[in-house]
Order: sequence, then structure tokens, then C-alpha cells
Amino acid sequence: MRLVAPRLAAVAALFVTVAACGGSPAPTVATDVGITSTEILLGNTNALSGPAAPYGTISNAENAYFTYINNTQGGVNGRKITFKILDDGYNPAKTVPLTKQLVEQDKVFAMFSGLGTQAQTSVRDYLNAQKVPQLFVATGATTFMADFSSHNYTIGWQPPYQGEARIYAKDVVANHPGAKIGVLYQNDDYGQDYLKGLTDGLGSNASMIVDKESFDLTAASTASQLATLKAKGADTLFLFATPTPTVKSLVIVTALHWEPTIYLNSVSNPQAYMAVAAKAGAALKNVTSVGYLKDPTDPQWATDSGMKLYKTVIANCSTCNVNDGFNIYGVAVAYTMVDILKQAGSNLTRANVMSIAGSQLNETNNPFLLPGVVVKTTSSDHFPITQEQVITWNGTGWTLKPPIIDERGTIK
Amino acid sequence: MLQRIRYAPPRYWLVVVAIVLFIGLPTVISSFQTSEWSQAIILAIAIMGLNILVGYSGQLSLGHGAFMALGAYTSAILVHRYKMDFLVTIPIAGLITGIIGFLFGVPALRLSPLYLALATFALAVVTPSLIKRPAELTGGVQGISLPPAVPPQFAKDAFAAVTGAPMTSDQWIYYVTLACAFILFWLAWNLVRHRAGRAMRAIRDGEVAAAASGVNIAGYKTLAFGISALYAGVAGSLFGLAVGFVSPDTFPVALSIQLLVGAVIGGLASIPGPLIGGIFAYFLPIESNQWVPTQTWIPSQIAATVEKAGPAVTYGVILILIMIFSPNGIVGLVATAYTRLRRRLRGAGERESGQAPPDPQTV
Repeated sequence: MRLVAPRLAAVAALFVTVAACGGSPAPTVATDVGITSTEILLGNTNALSGPAAPYGTISNAENAYFTYINNTQGGVNGRKITFKILDDGYNPAKTVPLTKQLVEQDKVFAMFSGLGTQAQTSVRDYLNAQKVPQLFVATGATTFMADFSSHNYTIGWQPPYQGEARIYAKDVVANHPGAKIGVLYQNDDYGQDYLKGLTDGLGSNASMIVDKESFDLTAASTASQLATLKAKGADTLFLFATPTPTVKSLVIVTALHWEPTIYLNSVSNPQAYMAVAAKAGAALKNVTSVGYLKDPTDPQWATDSGMKLYKTVIANCSTCNVNDGFNIYGVAVAYTMVDILKQAGSNLTRANVMSIAGSQLNETNNPFLLPGVVVKTTSSDHFPITQEQVITWNGTGWTLKPPIIDERGTIK
Repeated sequence: MLQRIRYAPPRYWLVVVAIVLFIGLPTVISSFQTSEWSQAIILAIAIMGLNILVGYSGQLSLGHGAFMALGAYTSAILVHRYKMDFLVTIPIAGLITGIIGFLFGVPALRLSPLYLALATFALAVVTPSLIKRPAELTGGVQGISLPPAVPPQFAKDAFAAVTGAPMTSDQWIYYVTLACAFILFWLAWNLVRHRAGRAMRAIRDGEVAAAASGVNIAGYKTLAFGISALYAGVAGSLFGLAVGFVSPDTFPVALSIQLLVGAVIGGLASIPGPLIGGIFAYFLPIESNQWVPTQTWIPSQIAATVEKAGPAVTYGVILILIMIFSPNGIVGLVATAYTRLRRRLRGAGERESGQAPPDPQTV
């Protein structure tokens, strides 16, 4: 027994110490967590590594804009913006703990521009329950705007995929009324969202679709699906896919000696990807897409003040490629973020900022968007951007085809 | 009883201390950190399962992420569609996954180790795609969101009495996870010390010899597969509940690799190994990803590469280091160090008398 007693005592002491340390008081709930007199703390999760790593640059571009605002204007109303970016590797299971870390440990004011549909869906309920704004998620999944009434701490920014697909439907009916449409779509919410928009947009013309083929993002090649579409007699190809499979598909189409009219979704149309496809042997004939951002590679914006500002801003990010379309996206959405913080003024509460973002947005002067594109929300409409312009590939860049088409109010 | 306590070897005391530490942990760290530790323990459970298969019975699996997915979806569907209590779904998920694992083991055991690795790897690759198909049942690519677990009143009271703060959902999940881990580790400890465990080790060390000694090779191999899958299923079930969301991308191929790396880092064929492996497998990538960019002494190019490649780089480096310096994992390292230390302390006298100190008992 001599030995047992001290051992037991040691264990007991340990237990008591452990228990005693836990008695720290719970943090008081403040309405403006993440806001101090000198700082506004925003959090972000993005795919800095893994299969979707090309998107990672968006966060860095956003940070470049915040740095620019902090350096030139001293932040927003005297508060500098600190932007904490964490890597979730495009895995929703990682997004949850990282978001919890940002909310509960780092105590961010809001989550801004989190990337990925599944990833952002995985934390949507949590953030809404905690009443932490999930602002301007970097995905066009229609649910993030359409379901505002049930998740009013979540809002998207970019045009919804369904709206974009409706624009293609309009364009194809107007310019290729006899088209036999073949659709290649990624078998996930992303591809299905586009497909639904196209089918809804075609309406009574839906019979123009001769075949739909799906593929999984993990699939190595889309060759068999494209061969099937060609064999079914399609002369117009819709590619609803993320950049990597899109580039592969463009190359395969040419390899199949097939020359359909191609519609590309906007996610995959940055000039950088087109260049990769062309290098790999894609013919890129009759390619149509849509845009709502100014293309940094388009010479017509060379003297544009917005483009000059973009180039000044992006110089704050050493790893950002100035010609990457994702970077101007990041700077543009960061512009809207700063805009709503300015609008909130001294009433910097989560509820107020969310209300401005969700229903009082009316930004007509975002210098990085195509002229005429408005970022707008009202009490009954929570789709910030709904306008896009059809663009066609001219071999070296995209040619804008006026006018701007607005799909506001068509998606419920 | 007192005699047994008194003469218990020091590692039993270590177990007691570890349990007390783990029970006390949530009272000192924040609710968020508690949720991180739950995830580490969940990985430890899955790795324990893998350890039974790889470490004790000598079969390789690169597909345990798939069994975790199966367990997670079983629980999620039961909770979401049939409104069952999540505690009830944990054993159900474990059993269903165990049975499927057992059935998978039947054809798998006919494969030689290399092909078994490939077959299980294929399982891990197709699982995310398979889950998407019955979209009505699994929620397709959208996944299933689960309501946060609500701690029962007795747990709330007990926690409030100790810390003075209300118990959060994350803290409750931690204790549920810890209880599951305790039971499963205890079962594993019993398993490997008794008939089945000896048979498995015999098979691992020499199939022909084991068969000659009358061990039912096929039976024990499938049994190992089934038990291993059961562990992964329970881990998956807990994983879904801890994260509050399951979707196909939650269970990528990388998860299966993560488990295997965790098993190797912790130490194969040991009971504490998986616990250490789980803690490493969870915290290593997260910490290294957040730590590396803040270090100014690391050349920016290397830092950028690490950031881009993500956890894979850190895993790779650590795995290589472990393989070179301690093939038996961290547990092996500690055991060796302990033996050496004991020899230093006690060995002098024994060396003089010509008696070598006995080897530490390894299981």
C-alpha cells in the first residue's frame, strides 16, 4: 500500500488541477464579434491545395484588395481589414472544423467568399445557427441565393449557374434555331444546376436537346461521352464542367474530328484555360460563353480606369497572375465586401451587415464588372448579380457581344 | 485486488493517467479545440480497425475510407430520414459496416497482398461516385446535413458542476467519441491477446506454418476484415455526427491513405499506436499548413510548395523519417527509449551478475 497511496494522490491532484483550470468564465456575447476600434476580422476557407487548387488564388486576390484599402484609405472607417485564409483542400469535411476554428477561436466578424458548393453547404446550417454572416460564397449554386428565406445569414454573389444557362438557351434559340444540342455535364450539383437552367430556359424548345451525358469529376477522361454525343448527331455542344475536364473535353472534341458549336460555362472560360486547351491541340472554333467581369487580357480595357486599378491592386499579391480571370473575380467581390462595410458605417453588427448584403445592395459602380452590370439585392430578390453578356472566342481572346442580358426574376 | 493494483506494471498506470487526461481535457480547452480532439479520436478508432487488419493479421487495405463512408451514411440516413437518436445509430452503423466488410473479405482473402491493396484501393476510388447514385437515399452530391447533437440533461449538469459553463454539442460528442474509443480499444486489447489475436498473428508471420498448426486461415482473415470494417464503420458514424454533414467528397481516397499513414506513424501491431497515429493524422496536416507559412526562415519557395501540395508533403516527409529512424512507429520509438533507459538505470548491476534484463513484453 505504501506505493499505491502516493500514486493515487498524484492522479487525484492531476484531476483536480485539470478540473480547476476549466473554471474560466464563458466569453460574453457581443453583437460585433471580430470588430475592434482598429480592426475588422474576416475569415475564409478556400482550396489552396488539392484538386481545385487553381481557385486558391481568389482568396489571395481578395486579400490584395483589402491590403490596398488598408494602405491607401486606412481601412474602412479607420478599421483595417484582416483577412484570415485557411486551406480546406476542397474537402467539405475539413471546411467544418476550419470554419469552427475561425468562428469560435479566431472570432471572425464574418466568413467571406468561402469556396465550393459542397464545402459551403456543409457549414451553412452551422453559420446560420451561430448568426455569423456567410457572405458572397464563391459558388454560383442557385441554392445560395434562392434559399435566402430559410438561410438568411448566407448569400452568394456571382450570377447563379441556372441564370447563366438560361442565357445560353436564349442565345441558341435566337442564333441556332435548328441546333441539335448535346450536353456534357459534370455529375454533381454544379453540372445539374446548369442542366436545369438550360432545360428551363429552352422551355418548349427542350426537344432541341438530343442527348445528355454525365461524367464524374474523378473520371480520367470524357472521351466516351463525347463520342456518344457525336454519334447521336449533336451539332451543338454544351460543356457544363469545371476547368480541368473542360480543357480535356475541348481537346477530345478536336481529336474526334468533330466541329460542333460549343457553349462553355463561365467558370471555365478564363483566357488562361483557353490558352492551355489551344496548346494541347483544341481547335476552339465557334466557342461561345458569357462574362460579367472585365477580362484582364482583353486589349479594349487597356486604358480603362477599373482595369488600371485592378493592376495596382493585384501588385499587392506576389503569387497572383495578373491575367488570371479568377483574380479579377476576387478583387471585384472584395470591392462589394468593402462597399457593404462602408455602408454599414458605425452600425457594424453582423445583423446589419447581413441585411445590407441580403436586401439593400445597389452597387452600380463596381469598376471590375462589365459596364452596366449592377450588384443588387432587394427585400424580395437575393440574387446579387444576374446580368451577363454573351462572348465569343476569336482565337486570342473573347469578343463581347452586346447587349447585356438580364435574368433577374426568372429563377425562383 | 489491492495486491493486483500494487503490482500492476507501470504501463497500466499510464493507461489510467491517459484516460483521466482525456476525460479532463474538455474542461481545460475550448469547445472548438474539443471538437478537434474528437476528430483525432475518431481517426484513432478507424486506425485501430486498420491496425487489426494490417498490423495484426498482415493484410493491407487502402480502402478504409470507404468503410467509414458506409458507417457515416448509415448513421446519417437513420438520423435524417428515420429520425433515430444518433447514439442508437452508432452500433447499427458499426454492425452493418462490419457485415459488409466481412462479405468483402470473402473474395478479398483470395487475393495476394498486392492485389488486395489494389482491390481495396479501387473500393476507395469508386465510393464517392457510388454514393452519388441513389440520390433519393443519400442526398446525392448535396450530402446530408445533420442537426447538432443535444447533450442530455445529466451530462449538462455534470459538466456544469465541474466547469461552471454549459456543455456544448461538440463537448458532448467528444465524450460519446471517447466512450466508444475506450470500449473499442479495450475490445481490441482483449482480441489480440486471446485465441483470435494469436491466430491472426500466426497468419501474419507465416501462413503455411499457421495452417499447419490448424489455424483456419480463411476464417480468421475474413474475421479480421469484418472486425476492422466494424471499427471503421463506428468511426465513420461518429465522424458524420461530429462534422454534422456527410457528402461524397467527405470521403476522398486521401482519407484512406491518411488512415494508413496514421497507423504506420503510430506503430503497427500495438494498442496505443493507433491513438498516437490518430492524433498525428489529424493535427499534423492542419498544424503544418498553418505553421509553415508563418515561418520566415523557411525559403518562400518551399513554403509555397508545401501550401500548394497541402498535407501530402508533410505526410510524406514524416513518413520517410519514421521509416528510417523508427520502423515501429512512435510507439516503437518510445518503447526502445524506455528499454534503453531502464537498462541504464538498472542494468549495471545485472550486467555484472551476467544476467541480461528481460525484453519488455511486446504484443
